[in-house]
Amino acid sequence: MQPSFIDSTAEFEARSQDTICINESHLQHKWYHNFKYLIVGVLFGVGFVKAEVISWFRIQEMFRLQSFHMYGIIGSAVLMGIISVWLIRRFGIKTMYGEPITFAPKKFNKGQVYGGLLFGLGWALTGACPGPLFAQVGTGATVVIVVLASAVAGTWVYGRFRDALPH
Amino acid sequence: MLEVIKQPWPWYVAGPLIGLTVPALLILGNKHFGISANLRHICASCFPANVPFFQYDYKKEIWNLFFVAGIVLGGALAAYFLANPAAIQVDPRLAQELAVYGITDFSGMVPAQLYSWDSLLTVRGLTMMVGGGFLVGFGARYAGGCTSGHSIMGLSALQWPSLVATVCFMAGGFLMANFILPIILNS
Repeated sequence: MQPSFIDSTAEFEARSQDTICINESHLQHKWYHNFKYLIVGVLFGVGFVKAEVISWFRIQEMFRLQSFHMYGIIGSAVLMGIISVWLIRRFGIKTMYGEPITFAPKKFNKGQVYGGLLFGLGWALTGACPGPLFAQVGTGATVVIVVLASAVAGTWVYGRFRDALPH
Repeated sequence: MLEVIKQPWPWYVAGPLIGLTVPALLILGNKHFGISANLRHICASCFPANVPFFQYDYKKEIWNLFFVAGIVLGGALAAYFLANPAAIQVDPRLAQELAVYGITDFSGMVPAQLYSWDSLLTVRGLTMMVGGGFLVGFGARYAGGCTSGHSIMGLSALQWPSLVATVCFMAGGFLMANFILPIILNS
């Protein structure tokens, strides 16, 4: 099934470094099983818009310490995530298909500092991180397609020059 | 009920709901929440160009593209059926600061005076949209994730490298919003 050009060790290394799920299911599902992720995405997108997380103004307020709103959202989202992950680990909760849920430790590298700072500059400039950019397009702000296309270009340039960058 | 949903949701409702995305994706199929990875999947599927970083089986990550398609759809549903009739309440200090740069329209989620097809032809608009987008894509991949992969998923799994990344996201944001953005808005 695997394309022959992929070396499994290299693939593991590359994918584990980049928050891609490396513990993916080995079960074969029909393509339409992916619609369950679409439904989660819809709920997530509605929440983003209704909580004004996708607002350029809310992000500016956050970085000027003028509003608690975004800190409350990120803080309570992380708290909910920590409790959920703890419960999943504590009780060995499995996926709906009965497979174990697994976590890969993230390794520290300098990219988290340099890349993190560059990402932060972009976040305050566009007033949106990648999730909200997709939601903004949905709300009818079609020009944000240009921002997303530029983000794809940024990703490509990083991939192309990855070896020359300090990590 | 619909009237209540149409109001802006307070942080203590929206935050936990956003956090629930983490266990939802894990339980649906051991998937780890991370949105910027999709930008890499787009590169891998459309422009791999023999770059090793884009040589992987992106088809295994199709679920994530369905997830972001859902976000686009959710954005559309919220905007067309659940829209708050009133304009967004911007902090008066921010409103005052932005007025100096001629930004007075707070009606949209993105400021129409900065983010529009017309302003794409100005230096200011080009810097903010194309420059900002590039930094978001480049920085997210360099850091190995964005606010979802690091700040929500990574912190939920108590990964300290994700905390380093999150602190740097915030530091970059503070620097831009308070010191560099005023210069760009002035141009």
